[in-house]
Amino acid sequence: MKTFNYHSAKDVKEASKLASSSSAFLAGGMTTIPSMKLGLATYKNIIDIKGIKKLSGIKVSGKAVTIGATTKHAEVANSKEIKKAIPSLAALAEGIGDPQVRNRGTIGGSIANNDPAADYPSACIALNAVIHTNSRKIDAEKFFKGMFETVLKSGEIIEAIEFQVPQKSNYQKFPNPASRYAIVGVYVAKHKNGINVAVTGAKSCVYNDKDLAKTLSSNFSAASINNVRVSSSGMNSDIHASAEYRANMVKVFAKKAVEAC
Amino acid sequence: MKKIDVEINGKRISKEIPDHTLLSDFLRNILNLTGTHIGCDTSQCGACVVHVNGRSIKSCTAFATDLNGSKITTIEGLAKNGKMHPMQEAFKKMHGLQCGFCTPGMVMSAIDLLKNKKNPSDKEIRDWLEGNICRCTGYQNIVAAVKEAASKM
Ligand SMILES: Cc1cc2nc3c(=O)[nH]c(=O)nc-3n(C[C@H](O)[C@H](O)[C@H](O)COP(=O)(O)OP(=O)(O)OC[C@H]3O[C@@H](n4cnc5c(N)ncnc54)[C@H](O)[C@@H]3O)c2cc1C
Ligand code: FES
Ligand code: FES
Repeated sequence: MKTFNYHSAKDVKEASKLASSSSAFLAGGMTTIPSMKLGLATYKNIIDIKGIKKLSGIKVSGKAVTIGATTKHAEVANSKEIKKAIPSLAALAEGIGDPQVRNRGTIGGSIANNDPAADYPSACIALNAVIHTNSRKIDAEKFFKGMFETVLKSGEIIEAIEFQVPQKSNYQKFPNPASRYAIVGVYVAKHKNGINVAVTGAKSCVYNDKDLAKTLSSNFSAASINNVRVSSSGMNSDIHASAEYRANMVKVFAKKAVEAC
Repeated sequence: MKKIDVEINGKRISKEIPDHTLLSDFLRNILNLTGTHIGCDTSQCGACVVHVNGRSIKSCTAFATDLNGSKITTIEGLAKNGKMHPMQEAFKKMHGLQCGFCTPGMVMSAIDLLKNKKNPSDKEIRDWLEGNICRCTGYQNIVAAVKEAASKM
């Protein structure tokens, strides 16, 4: 691995100031370190943000669940409060990777990275999340821009993610047997003000399937999904699954999620 | 270079190391604790699992500098007074290993499981060992070993 300078930032201001085009923040390191080891990424400066107390923790109020950016997947999976308020969110965290990935990986790192097959971005879309950064609040619908791309600017740090507590919700995925990343994952959430059907793994970026959401708004049942056509255009095609297969899986997993709601 | 102070298998260690030193390289190349294995480049095999402050992590995917002040346990730290840890005993008794390459990681990961679940089911054991890959055993005897250890611990 190429050498770099390691900094442990004591607060958000310092971390943001140290950032440049040749730096990365270090949260769980579960994406950054493997990509540095493989030579896919090199940085001059690694800015560790794990020591910043303000960035970690879970707050649950009646209407919202707010999770600090450096909160680990295992903490979300085991949180009694989240299990009660949004059980599907705790279950999603429990299904990420393996126990060692969950003991290190963080929610902020996961959504900043915006892997097309990551789980948390679908939760952000389905649960009308608001991403709090050190300079603004961003609606999830606007946050995820494309493959591994978000609207975050250089030096901008995610501080917390605020999820809206739904009336009912469920997340179902077809996990890659090796990594557990989603080959297709569908997060269905029914809110007072509408339904979201967030899909991950299928395309280059997470998206809200408006056709499925509209159908479920008039009839919230798995059977109603049978009549929706999900097009394979723009879907990923790789050794794991063809675009047509993924399109079908979107329906299959949307039905499973509705049934489990 | 950064100076780190850690406790490894009950011993305090202070060293000056390059910033980019992975915990696995620190253990193997600097401290000669070669019981922790490296099986992949992609954080997927689990041969390198150790405990940091009581929780299992992949030592190939953590910088040693980042763990300053931590308490680390490796496979070498399990036996007490020449007596194997019950999990090690169980792997031996139930033939939970063949070549042994995955075993240190399996043992460390399985111990972490039993901290949270005293009597895990087969499914819970298999789910937990998701991040530990074995190319030899077919996993049957690994699951049997974890169950055997659970009955003794
Ligand atoms: C074997 C394996 C299996 C996995 N399986 C899954 C899976 O099934 N599902 C899934 O969703 N994910 C999976 N992951 C990814 C994992 O969930 C991590 O969450 C993810 O890698 C990123 O989180 P991190 O905290 O490790 O981020 P890091 O690697 O530390 O950082 C990643 C990127 O995010 C940036 N960043 C981090 N924190 C912030 C912040 N607060 N503000 C702004 N930018 C920030 C960094 O600059 C960096 O560019 C897997 C990873 C591995 C190694
Ligand atoms: S060496 Fe394979 S996960 Fe660490
Ligand atoms: S015993 Fe050989 S890899 Fe598991």
